[in-house]
Amino acid sequence: MNFQEILKYFVYAGMIFTVLAGIAAYLTLMERKVLAWIQQRMGPKYVGFKGILQPLADGIKLVIKEDLLPSWSDRTVYWIAPIAVLVPALLMWVAIPITDGIVLDDSDLGLFYITAISVLTVMGLVMAGWGSANKWAVMGGLRAAGQLVSYEIPFIMSILAIAMLAQSLNLTEIVNQQTTFAFILKQPLAFVIFFIAGLAELGRIPFDIHHAESEVVGGPFVEYSGAHWAVFYLAEYMNTFTVAVLTTILFLGGWVWPQMPFEGSLHDFLSILLFMFKTVAVIYLIFWIRGTYPRLRIDQLMAFGWKLLVPLSFLNVVITSIVLFYGFSHFVLSAVSIFLTGVLFYMISNRSKKYDSGETVRIVSSSQVRDNQNFKEPL
Amino acid sequence: MISIDLILFFIASSLVVGGGFLVVTVKNIVYAAFALLVAMLGTAGIFLLAFADFLALVQILIYGGAVVVVILFALMLTRLEDFKGLTDNSQKPLAVLVSLTVLTIMLYAIVATAMPTSQGDAISMIDLGVSLFQDWAIPFEVASLVLLVALIGAVVLVRQDEEGR
Repeated sequence: MNFQEILKYFVYAGMIFTVLAGIAAYLTLMERKVLAWIQQRMGPKYVGFKGILQPLADGIKLVIKEDLLPSWSDRTVYWIAPIAVLVPALLMWVAIPITDGIVLDDSDLGLFYITAISVLTVMGLVMAGWGSANKWAVMGGLRAAGQLVSYEIPFIMSILAIAMLAQSLNLTEIVNQQTTFAFILKQPLAFVIFFIAGLAELGRIPFDIHHAESEVVGGPFVEYSGAHWAVFYLAEYMNTFTVAVLTTILFLGGWVWPQMPFEGSLHDFLSILLFMFKTVAVIYLIFWIRGTYPRLRIDQLMAFGWKLLVPLSFLNVVITSIVLFYGFSHFVLSAVSIFLTGVLFYMISNRSKKYDSGETVRIVSSSQVRDNQNFKEPL
Repeated sequence: MISIDLILFFIASSLVVGGGFLVVTVKNIVYAAFALLVAMLGTAGIFLLAFADFLALVQILIYGGAVVVVILFALMLTRLEDFKGLTDNSQKPLAVLVSLTVLTIMLYAIVATAMPTSQGDAISMIDLGVSLFQDWAIPFEVASLVLLVALIGAVVLVRQDEEGR
């Protein structure tokens, strides 16, 4: 390996960082806009055309903000923590392909590499919590550790079913296996488990108990401000993008499904566009869920992970291996998987009904008010 | 001419040795856990240089992720003052003696053994899977049985503790 090759890798690393930072910045704008639409607001609209430069304004504001250091804090751990969160977020992109051939290292262990690296994010959160010397931060860090270690199991198990189906851990190979049928059609249960566990890994609503504002104020980030706080959020949005890209690669057929009747460079260009379209759709779904669902309590979160997702993900692996071993048609797999997905959603809705403690807030639609149905007196 | 492999080896091994040294010398036990993580990641680097990619990733996933997090979890739930006596007690001379003996034996073993050089070919995942699940299926299952026993044992211990209250 000569000097030029080493330099080449530095340039690649710089490119990945720049592109991902840009994407993460614009995801914040997208999130604010989507939430605003859900809540019937306008969202940011003054900076640039319809608020298009808002991320830039946010960034400048965060960088020039005073960087506070609590006097009790553990300086070394406190400053290393943001880096420990950001580095795994970037490292994962070594193995992630955007389209056929556009990938830094097309490793045969790509999928396993990503799962292994994603675990390291927890360490940064625990370090941030402990280094801040703040009781809410420590509780937030511990919650993050407990939550991420629990949800790692269904996350890996749903990925394992896909790896068995594709007979490979190489991400490009997994995508190329989905030319006729995307894996979401064969493994809807694995998709649902992967998506829910992915949301929990990201710590997004409804699984954001580690920085739940009403319980632990801001979790591990409570003492951080300015640029260091921005680094945490950069990492969080990068991870959101990564999970969306992984969902696209593993379940939605990446850039090959559905097949397009084009040739040459037009085909290549359109397949990147298709890939990006699917990714943005998944991100939209994540933001939509954030705008729609309330936060789970910590015991509900743990019970949901261990009593529902873990057994179902193990069952999914067993069913997949039986189907593959006896060489049954993949339609059997689809049918069983759809049935189990139905069971999963039934159990979720059933449990949420069991804890229903009667009406505290009455939701009245405007048409009911207008037509005066079931609505005798003004509240 | 120093090759890049050698430089990478020295970086990884200094992480292992430095991390391991910090684990035993640092007074603060949470720092020791962080240093342990550094040592684990350095070991993963050594595995990578020996063309054992799978083992390196397992090292990161199991030790770097799960084990160190569980250790930190336990440490942060306990009060740090309880551990003050651990680093400084009357058994120190005996500990020094034992560790020096072990060090001497290991140094002798390292010097006496002829080190095989790496052949530079990684084992493919398929070969690894076949040897793990076909040739060595029974040892593999026995190992998982041992882990299962440990898990059940932990559950039983905790449950007894709750009932005996």
